[in-house]
Amino acid sequence: MRFIRIVWAIVVKDVAAEFHTREMISAMLVFSVLALLIFSFALDLRGAVAQAAAPGVLWATVAFAGTLGLSRSLTREQQTGCIDGLLLAPVDRSAIFLGKALGNLAFMAVVEAVLLPLSSALFDVPLLRPGVLLVTALGTVGYAAVGTLLATIAVNTRAREVMLPILLLPLAIPSLIAAVQATGGLVEGGTLAEVGGWMRLLVVYDLVIVAVSVLTFGYLVEE
Amino acid sequence: MIQVHDLTKSFGPHMALAGVDLSVETGEFVALVGPNGAGKTTLLRILATLIRPTSGSVRIAGLDPVKEGEGVRRRIGFLSHRTLLYEDLTAEQNLWFYAKMYDLADSSARVADLLERVGLTSRRHDLVGTFSRGMQQRLAVARAVLHRAQLLLLDEPYTGLDPLATQALTNLLTELAEEGCTILLTTHDLNRDLKVGRRVVVLARGRVVHDVPRAEVDLAAFPEQYMQLVR
Repeated sequence: MRFIRIVWAIVVKDVAAEFHTREMISAMLVFSVLALLIFSFALDLRGAVAQAAAPGVLWATVAFAGTLGLSRSLTREQQTGCIDGLLLAPVDRSAIFLGKALGNLAFMAVVEAVLLPLSSALFDVPLLRPGVLLVTALGTVGYAAVGTLLATIAVNTRAREVMLPILLLPLAIPSLIAAVQATGGLVEGGTLAEVGGWMRLLVVYDLVIVAVSVLTFGYLVEE
Repeated sequence: MIQVHDLTKSFGPHMALAGVDLSVETGEFVALVGPNGAGKTTLLRILATLIRPTSGSVRIAGLDPVKEGEGVRRRIGFLSHRTLLYEDLTAEQNLWFYAKMYDLADSSARVADLLERVGLTSRRHDLVGTFSRGMQQRLAVARAVLHRAQLLLLDEPYTGLDPLATQALTNLLTELAEEGCTILLTTHDLNRDLKVGRRVVVLARGRVVHDVPRAEVDLAAFPEQYMQLVR
């Protein structure tokens, strides 16, 4: 019970800090909307082409916007030494990881809540379906988990801004491919059973990444 | 309270601590002085469970920081020139957050009491990012002692403070020492910080090279003696 209280306290703290500045969420939202508009006008996505390209455009935008947020989230902890404040607390360090990861997940979810209807409208594809929402949730969980872990590493390096995408994108490829394929299948009218293989890949990826992250976070944050 | 024996810490080929022996009794106020690179911060970070030693033994209140980290962290408060405060949260939100991390039963009363004590009650709803350096450091002291730490580890806490803020911090630390809190403070400012401790330990080249009660230190002659010790 105490473990859950600690995780929740970290999530609430991140949301409260973001509420005061709105730096991270506004950067993520502006980037996402601009990226979608650029894709929309540059590729002239309509009809069948839009159906084929929209899932890729959507997930590329989610991935890059997520990277922006993940980087900012951990930089905030590093700037005034707050990561030490967290590590000095008498708590299991996996609780710190889960708190940070859930906070990042919440911010990505807010961005997706804007991106999905906007993409639906721009590309005229049915993205606001329960199946697509499930795929989005599964894809985001894995991305937020692996991103939080790697942002923790990247934030301690000199080239922190460029290091995170270099580390994150290769490791997120399995999840991103599965998410794009599953979203594409569902947009084309497929059922969850028909994209079951990609869904299983997303679930396995999430489980493995969350487990590895929880187990390794404590070692990563020690000097 | 602190027992350190033959403690070493290496960062690659560089040996930051080369066999430190140090014992601090409960209630003592120790000033740990030494030049830049002497190993002061490394020693404090090991005591605070933030880094692992390479070899040697460390006990804090009888607990091993490596194996019993949570127990040690419950007993210590850590303060450095970095405040460990969230600039995007208010003073009250910062203390509330840390109160939750330490699972305090009396969070409301404790937070209100500490804000009063560090003179920030009227600014409790303001973002920490809008505070002066001195105000931030006073709030950082409140954060460090929030969970009624038995041992305070202070890593150059006066860095960047003006004379007024320095005096306010000294008064706070003196009060805490009088209440029985054990304090280990690192510094390289001989003129100011030697006056606050009751025992002076000099660390140089990763080793303790001098350890005397403050009363036996001749403040006028000490700078020259110190230069010879750390050379």
